[in-house]
Amino acid sequence: MSEPIIELHELTKKYGKFTAVDHINLSVQKGEIFGILGPNGAGKSTTILMMLGLTDPTSGTVQVCRINSTRNPIQVREKVGYLPEDVGFYDDMTGIENLLYTARLNRIPEANARTKAEELLERVGLPVDTQKKAGKYSRGMRQRLGLADVLIKQPEVIILDEPTSGIDPAGVQEFMDLIRQLREENGLTVLFSSHHLDQVQQICDRVGLFGGGKLLAEVNVNELQNEEHGLENMYNRYFGGGKSHE
Amino acid sequence: MNKIQSPFWVIVRKEVADHVRSWKFIILIAIIALTCMGSLYTALTNIGAAIKPNDPDGSFLFLKLFTVSDGTLPSFVIFINFLGPLLGIALGFDAINSEQSKGTLSRILSQPIHRDYLINAKFVGALIVIGSMLLTLALLVMGFGLIAIGIPPTAEEFLRIIAFVVVSIIYVAFWLNLSIFFSIKFKQAATSALACVAVWLFFSVFYNMIINLVGKAISPSAMASAYQVISYQKFMLNLLRFAPSMLFNEATTTLLMPSVRSLGPLTMEQVHGAIPSPLPLGQSLMVVWPQLTGLIAATVICFALSYGSFMRKEIRSR
Repeated sequence: MSEPIIELHELTKKYGKFTAVDHINLSVQKGEIFGILGPNGAGKSTTILMMLGLTDPTSGTVQVCRINSTRNPIQVREKVGYLPEDVGFYDDMTGIENLLYTARLNRIPEANARTKAEELLERVGLPVDTQKKAGKYSRGMRQRLGLADVLIKQPEVIILDEPTSGIDPAGVQEFMDLIRQLREENGLTVLFSSHHLDQVQQICDRVGLFGGGKLLAEVNVNELQNEEHGLENMYNRYFGGGKSHE
Repeated sequence: MNKIQSPFWVIVRKEVADHVRSWKFIILIAIIALTCMGSLYTALTNIGAAIKPNDPDGSFLFLKLFTVSDGTLPSFVIFINFLGPLLGIALGFDAINSEQSKGTLSRILSQPIHRDYLINAKFVGALIVIGSMLLTLALLVMGFGLIAIGIPPTAEEFLRIIAFVVVSIIYVAFWLNLSIFFSIKFKQAATSALACVAVWLFFSVFYNMIINLVGKAISPSAMASAYQVISYQKFMLNLLRFAPSMLFNEATTTLLMPSVRSLGPLTMEQVHGAIPSPLPLGQSLMVVWPQLTGLIAATVICFALSYGSFMRKEIRSR
């Protein structure tokens, strides 16, 4: 494989006595879709926040695009798009206005931003010329707008934190197809955090199993593809049977 | 527009636009404009009676527009003293927690901007709105007054009014910062609004009562020496000065009534031989300098507190 684009080295985050993330070592290659799989409270979100420099690690280092996220968070955030869990928008602005605001925060010139925003709205399957305020959007539409919002800064890496929670199954399928397309067309690296085993299995190249703040295993999905229920067995081995489908 | 704006001013612009379009601001500006027009009306109807012969403030007729009242409606200054906190609270109480509950906070902070841009822009945006509003109101009052009484303000009167506007902006900025601080500390916008209103009510209603109680308990006996009485008076006054509205009140009355020479008790000895004449602006400013510093310090402390707690806040999605 090519060069690693995300590198975690002995990354640890403690809240008082509680260890949320416990000495994680991980590297993600360029162009990969890497899944972070684990139950709630496994330390997935905290790890993501540290990658973005939104919270400081207690010890260890994070490098994204060869930049230290803790020391130079601004430069990292120029290259990384982050879609938080249950993303929110300014309710009294339309979808495109929200996108343009993000574009301005990323210092994208106004003229480019508008064409780019329209292009992206079309891409994620939202109506372009509408006066509909973002406050009236359904959960699924918000999530699509969130994806457009992440892409407007033309990132090298996108980090999606539970992007499919609260969307209906058909919507989830479209969303996943979209992510796969993006990877193929733009060569994006995608970090996909989820607790849905089937979604991770369907889309990711490699999966990291998180539990109790530790990286329990790294799995290559293609290799497991040959075995029936390969990842599922693995998941069950770590987190107990029967919980794999929520 | 081809120039690329700095992200900081992008946020400020959005904040200002949000405030100006919001209903709470429209309602507040309506209330404040109406009350100011009301106080201007009472001032204009009573301005003739307010001028007495040998009044040292007589040559500052224009300033009376802001301070005169016949008792039916309070004067412009009293209104700003009372409604200014409400304005500051209204613009700040949901600054951060509403972004958090809408889920926009983590999205905005994951953009390539410094974290303090957001909090600074929230403060600057609201301050621009407050500043332009108070300046407009003061200029409107001056304009109407000019038409009604037909005497233009002198340069010194104009400067005094501008100084009054600046003090008002600092005063409202104090309440703005306090409410921004509460908006970081409390997750619910309603809680932070209530906390702000509680502080405001405490200082505007209960604080005086408590001071009166304390005053009764420690008042010197009728046999006390003059020195004791004076030190008691000074102590009480200093206690009152912990309330920001008291500082504002002292600062503005001194600025708008040039004959005010001291804000503390004066002995007959000190007053003896003094000619009751107005002070020049520089001297008035000297009199209220401690009050001004106090107000600015309180504002800065509140901002520092909110800045500190925002920078250390952990940003999670809603």
